[in-house]
This record gives sequence, C-alpha cells and structure tokens, in this order.
Amino acid sequence: MPATSYEAVMSAEPDTPGRLLDVRDLHVEFRTRDGVARAVNGVNYTVDAGETLAVLGESGSGKSVTAQAVMGILDMPPGRITGGEILFRGQDLLTMREDERRKIRGAGMAMIFQDALSSLNPVLSVGDQLGEMFVVHQGLSRKDAKARAVELMDRVRIPAAKERVGQYPHQFSGGMRQRIMIAMALSLEPDLIIADEPTTALDVTVQAQVMDLLAELQRELDMGLILITHDLGVVADVADKIAVMYAGRIVETAPVHDIYSAPAHPYTKGLLESIPRLDQKGQELYAIKGLPPNLMHIPPGCAFNPRCPMAQDVCRTDVPPLYEVNEQRGSACHFWEAAIHG
Amino acid sequence: MPEPRQNPHFDDPAHSAVAATGAGGAADLAMAEGETLEKAPGGPDGSGPADKPRSLWSDAWRDLRRNPVFIVSALVILFLIVISLWPSLIASGNPQSCDLAKAQQGSQPGHPFGFNGQGCDVYTRTVYGARASVTVGVCATVGVALLGSVLGGLAGFFGGASDAVLSRLTDVFFGIPVVLGGLVLLSVITSSTVWPVVGFMVLLGWPQISRIARGSVITAKQNDYVQAARALGASSSRMLLRHIAPNAVAPVIVVATIALGTYISLEATLSFLGVGLKPPTVSWGIDISSASPYIRNAPHMLLWPAGALAITVLAFIMLGDAVRDALDPKLR
Amino acid sequence: MGRYVIRRLLQMVPVFFGATLLIFLMVNVMGDPIAGLCGERQCDPATAAQLRKEFGLDKPVWQQYATYMGNVFTGDFGTAFNGQEVTELMGEAFPVTIRLTLVAIFFEIVIGIALGVVTGLRRGRPVDSGVLLLTLVVISVPTFVTGLLLQLLLGYKWDIIDPSVSTDARLDELIVPGLVLASVSLAYVTRLTRTSIAENSRADYVRTAKAKGLPRGRVIRKHLLRNSLIPVVTFIGTDIGALMGGAIVTERIFNIHGVGYQLYQGILRQNTQTVVGFVSVLVIVFLVANLLVDLLYAVLDPRIRYA
Repeated sequence: MPATSYEAVMSAEPDTPGRLLDVRDLHVEFRTRDGVARAVNGVNYTVDAGETLAVLGESGSGKSVTAQAVMGILDMPPGRITGGEILFRGQDLLTMREDERRKIRGAGMAMIFQDALSSLNPVLSVGDQLGEMFVVHQGLSRKDAKARAVELMDRVRIPAAKERVGQYPHQFSGGMRQRIMIAMALSLEPDLIIADEPTTALDVTVQAQVMDLLAELQRELDMGLILITHDLGVVADVADKIAVMYAGRIVETAPVHDIYSAPAHPYTKGLLESIPRLDQKGQELYAIKGLPPNLMHIPPGCAFNPRCPMAQDVCRTDVPPLYEVNEQRGSACHFWEAAIHG
Repeated sequence: MPEPRQNPHFDDPAHSAVAATGAGGAADLAMAEGETLEKAPGGPDGSGPADKPRSLWSDAWRDLRRNPVFIVSALVILFLIVISLWPSLIASGNPQSCDLAKAQQGSQPGHPFGFNGQGCDVYTRTVYGARASVTVGVCATVGVALLGSVLGGLAGFFGGASDAVLSRLTDVFFGIPVVLGGLVLLSVITSSTVWPVVGFMVLLGWPQISRIARGSVITAKQNDYVQAARALGASSSRMLLRHIAPNAVAPVIVVATIALGTYISLEATLSFLGVGLKPPTVSWGIDISSASPYIRNAPHMLLWPAGALAITVLAFIMLGDAVRDALDPKLR
Repeated sequence: MGRYVIRRLLQMVPVFFGATLLIFLMVNVMGDPIAGLCGERQCDPATAAQLRKEFGLDKPVWQQYATYMGNVFTGDFGTAFNGQEVTELMGEAFPVTIRLTLVAIFFEIVIGIALGVVTGLRRGRPVDSGVLLLTLVVISVPTFVTGLLLQLLLGYKWDIIDPSVSTDARLDELIVPGLVLASVSLAYVTRLTRTSIAENSRADYVRTAKAKGLPRGRVIRKHLLRNSLIPVVTFIGTDIGALMGGAIVTERIFNIHGVGYQLYQGILRQNTQTVVGFVSVLVIVFLVANLLVDLLYAVLDPRIRYA
C-alpha cells in the first residue's frame, strides 16, 4: 500500500534496511519557447543512512535538477517529471499529495544551497528564518523558536549567537552565512541532506571549515548526504561513493577510491586529468575538448561521443547502458574495459 | 550607507513626476519592469548553452516579428502616420467647413460620426486630428530623447560635479507635476502652432530619459570590456561612442516609444484644460474638451475623438511594451 | 539612520528652492502678474505702474522671489484674486484634495496590489494576459476621458452617482472621482507588483523557503510579498504628492472645489500669489512624501538600514 501521508513515510521501514533514498530511472525535462530541454534522462542512485554520495558533473549535467526533483522544489512549469520514481524510506514521493510531501521537506530531508547570500531572505533576520522551521513544523511559539535558533547557531559554531540572532544575512560573512544555511537544514534533524555545491561560493580557507562542519554533523546525526559538486578535491575527503553525471545521465558510479585510482569512463578520466597536480608542473593542463551538449539536441548514441578520445562508430549510434564493472561499480561506456586499463 | 540614487529601485516610476500627473508615466514603467536589460536569464541547471551567440538586436527582431501585439500596433501606427501626412486619403471633407444648423446632429449618410457643436463633420475632424497628435508625439519624443540621452549620458560617463548638478536638476524638474507646469507655462501662450506644446514637453520630459541614460551608461561603464578598453588607452569619445552608447540605446528606445504614447495623451489633457493646442488647429483634445459640456445629450461628439485618441496612445504603448519584452531577455 | 535622515533633508532644500524658483519664474516671466487685477479690462498705465510698485514688481525677479519666500516663511502667502488670503483658500481646498487623494491611494493599494499579486503568480495564464491588457487600456485612455465616460455612464445614464460633487465633498461622493484619479497609477501598481512578484518568485530565497517545507501561503506572504512590495510601496509613496498635483483634471470634471480648482482659477486670472503659493505647498508635499518613502524603504529593507 503506498504511503500517502507524512507520518506514514516517516515511520515506514524500507525494504533494504538503512536505505533512505532510491531514485529510479528519473526523467525531467524543461519546456521552453525554443524547445524541450531534456535535463535528466534516466538517473538511478541510492543513499543509505550515514552514507555520503557525491554527484559530480559540469553545469548542465542535470545534477542539481535531479536534487531539486528529489526535494520537490522544481519549478513546474517549465520543469516536468516525465518518468521514474523517487523512493524516500521506500515510499514514492512522486505519487504523494503536495501538502503531505511538503511536511517531509525540512523534517525528512533538507537542502543546502550554493549561494547563501541569495538563498537567505534579505529582509528577515536569521533568527526569524531559523526559527520559522520550528514555528511551521512543530508549532513552537516565536519566543521558543528564537531560543532554538540561538541553540542552532551555537551548534554550527557561530560566535556570539545570542547577540547575532537578530541580525540580517548581509551582516554575516560568507562562511558564517553558509553555517546558517547548514543550521537551517539541520534544524529538524532530517534523515537526508542534499548539499548543492555548498562551498563553491566560499574562500578556499573557509571551504574546508564548512565542509568539515558538515561532515562532522552528518556523522553525529547519522544522516545520508548527497553532495553535489564539480570539485573533485572536496569529494575525495568526505564521500563514500561517487556518481558522475553527463547530459542528464549517470555515466559512472563507484566507491570513491576506485574512481581515483582507475576511472572506468573516459569522461571521468578527463575530469581527473584536468585537476592541476604538483608533479605535472610545467606541463600543459589537460582539458576535455569541446563543450557540454545542448540539452535540446543531445547527440545520438553516447552523449559524450563528440568529445571522447576513444569514440568509435558504435558510440555514435548506440546509447551505452550502465555496464556492471563489479558489484559496486558501473560505467556507461561501450569500452569501459579499455578505459579502466588505459 | 549607500546613496539611494544608486539603488535600482530609484529609477522606477516612483520618482517620476510624469507618472504622477496620470498623463504620462508609462516610460518609467518600462524601466521599472525591465531595469536590468543586460542581465542574462538565470535558467535552470539544465538550460544548456546556446547554439550560437546572437546579438541582442537580431534576437529582439526575431521575437518581434512573431509577436502579434507588435504587428497589430505597428500596423495601427503606420496607418496613423499615413493619415496624418495625407488625411484627404480617407476623408474628403474640410475639417473647418461647418454648418451650425447641423450642430450636435447624430450619424447620417455621408457623415457616419455625426456633427459636433459647431456643426462640423466629426469624422473629418477625427481623421484630421491625427496630424496634431502624431506631430506633437513624435517631435516631443525626439527632442526629449536627444536632450535627455546626451545630458544623462555625459553626466553618467564623466561623473563628478557635472553629474551631481544634473542629478539635483532632474530632482527639481521631477518636483514639478507636469500638468501643473503645463498650465502655468502654456496658459499665456497664444500661438496656435504645436511648437510651444512640444517645447514644454521637452523642457519637462528630458529628466526622465536622462536618468535612464545615466543609469545605463554607468552600468555599461563598469563592464569589464569597457574597463579593458580604458586600460588600453582608448579615448573618452571613442569609448562613449563605440562601447558605451550601444549599450545604453536599448533602454532609451524602449522608454521613448512608450513615452511617445503618453505625450500624445498629455497633449490631449493640456488641450482639454484649454492650454494645449488652440483652434484652428484640429486636435482630439480640443474636440473632446468642447464636446464635454454636451456629453449628456450628444455623447457621439466626444466618443469618436476620444476613441481615436485612446487607440493611438494604446498603439504606441503596446509597441513600446512589445519592444521592451523583446529587448529584455530576463522576462522570457 | 539619523544621519541618513539629515542628509535626505538637506538634499530636499535645494530641490525645494529650485522647483519653487522655476515656478516663480514661469509665472512671472511668462505672464503679466497684474493683468487680472483691474477686472476684465486692461489697467491704465498709471494704475499699472502703481500696482507694480505696490507688489514690488519693479524690482529684479530674484529680489521678488526672495521677498516672496521670506513672506512664505512667516506664513504670509499673499492675497488671491478675490481678496481672500491665499492661506484661507488653502485651508478650504487642501482638505478636499487630501480626502480625494486618500481615496485614490486606497484604491491603488487594495485593487492594484491584489491584481498585481494574482497576475504575478499566474504569469502567462488567461487571467494574467487579461489584466495586463486591461492595464494597458487604462494607461492609454487619458484620465479626462475615463472621467468623462464614467460621469456619462454612472452619473447621467444609470444615475448611480451625482455627476457633480457637492462643496462638502463627502467621502462617498469622492469614490468615483478617486477611482478616476487613481486609474492610471492603479494600472502601474498592478504592473509593477506583477513584475516584482514574478521576478522575486524565481529568487533563490523563495526556493529556500519551499525547501524548508513551508506552506505555499506562507512562502508567498512572508517571503515573496515582503520583498516584492518594497518597490511598490516606494511607488505609492511618491504618488501621493503627484496625485495631488494631478487632481486638477479630476477636480475639473467632477466640479470638486479642491486644490486643482483653486489653481485653475488662479491661472485663469493670472494671480501669481495663488499659483506660486499652491504649487509651493504641492512641491513640499511631494518632497516630504519622497522623504517618507526613503525612510520607509530603509525600514522595509535592512540592507539599506544597516549598510
């Protein structure tokens, strides 16, 4: 029987113990005046409690759109989910009523956005914005909610929380603002956190602090974490497994260390080779040639074929399925064996 | 604390004395709605790169040709221009030949709109009235656009004292409600040509355009490629003409198009108050004004010129609206 | 905040003197201030010279302006054409126009914002296109035509209202004139609100509010509306002064004896004192309204308050 209410979902026991999220064959498209952009074309991934999944890809690869579909905050229209399932604790979110699904947002799963300055409401104090979670979801009074907001700010280690709770987002530094975003996401201790490029907008020195804080809180609360990023450096330290996306598809998925030692897809390989390394000082930095595909005209066959150094005729005609490399790994390349050894 | 004038909201209709009078604020409205013409659309993650770069203008033109609002309003305007140049094409009578015996009579064969208070044919006068409206609208707009964009552009480009003086001066002009200023200035003028009215509109209208030109020049000036041109030692005049002016032109054109409609409306309002155009000039405003005391018994004398006026103003405002939508990628 | 207020006040000063001087010059240079003083006929040269001396019109214009302003600051606005004190006329006229303006502002806020929110949230739907077209029509039809039409239909044809407002100008009589006065601004408020709502509804913080699991109503009221209404409030605020100036047309149509009526009389009789006096007060109202808007702006937007 499908779960139709928030309570049912939150008390449901998934078939696989500990499995929080199971995205199955998700398709999302955007209908614009110039045509249909197919942003997500059959994405599958899972996240378990306490696990960190890093979703990697260039902008336009569909990684954020997938996340927004999971959260249920896609703008529809122009966006449209044309197929697939999003199972949260074993229950399909896509068949739920909007008002029930709404309660899951914030309480069951929460999201951290890239640009904390624009993602926080400029005309409300941070205390109001944090406290709002408790007012809406738990029916707390404004006063109690404010006290909880101060607690949260302490928890994400914002100094002088009591004094600063009444201040506005623009009065905080970039790192502090992102801590507020994290505090907001954690406020109701959700099972799953989706962090969409949480450190991209920050200074390098602050990036590590914010990332460490996030990882620490995740461990403490045994949450599942989806970390969306295009920064391979961040991923290596915190992620358990990686899903690489290209043109709305997952092209490679693997435990984090396998991917670094032996990528099984030429696109992943290209991404890794374009990281500057000290031992290659003086050499020209590798760059994947060409541009990401136009989502209104995704090339036939493997979407990566126009940019791929290994492309053969079959790549231009047949879409590669996600081949099983081993039990934990998959690669959507016709020639993954060559890629993994080459 | 930031200078409020640099706030984007400050260039919205709020600060237009023209909007204020209820007769001609559409121009500022255009800016309020499209104040960031240069901002690219913030598409979703999956919006993907464009096929190939297209210029703002060719893109806008492609958009306009597909927009029925643009086509209809452009056709109406074309028609208006033709009949204001050659009214006899569709009206054979003489607007000044009147027969008092037929005063206030309604529609009859050969005189579809009936007769006005002096017994003149309302149809002929309505057709001939287009000329005054179109002339005032076009001349005032050209004058305002030239004066406003030159003053505003220079002030925005050079900044400093000249900018401060101009900004205060625009404040002064915005402090005077337009219809009031028109009453005061035009009440003593006896000339029956359109020029005093045009001159007045330029005098009170330029600050509106100058503010927009100033704003867009300042924005354009901060663009990286303009900074680069400066670093490469480009001369001031070259930078203004080649790099900055083209960027500032789009918002000025949009505002000017909408303003044209509102100037026509303003002319009619002033004529209605008795200080705009004067007989023997044939003007919708004058005819509406002289028909208004008899509105109860002979509404046709008022409705035809009023309808023509409304359609004309509407056509220009819709044209400006369509142009703005086409030039503002953000609204797509 | 205090320094901000003081600076805005100081900025008002040159604008006030500039605008009043401009009006003063217009009236003095363009017209003959004593033309209306000898009744219907021309004054004979001796009387004219006498009058000029009496009113200080033989002095240079800047001196006349200085004298006039000096008088104004002691509360002496001079005498109107009918021998009444200008201040007395103001006492009769301003309450009427203020009432009319308040009615207009009320319509702007209630109807304008409501329509703007509805259309902004339903961009591209039939409601949106319909209202949008309607606002264009309202903007395009000059106020005096709207006024005359409403007078014809409601006043004469259907007999719902009295086509001419009584001298008391009661609030209920001012509903239709207020709507006429508000019409164009109302259309602007609708469009401005619509654009602002539509723009802000794509803002990141609205997405955050949705991700927080807030009910749609709360997202709109607490997050979207609060931000979107900042420019709208600014517009309505500055419109106060402007509406009072623009009331001249509406007052003429409905025969309301307010500021517009007195000004019109003053202009017809070329009475400098009345015209400059009334316009000066209107300019002050306009400037004060602007100042209040700036302050309100700072209250609504903490980025300005604490910057």
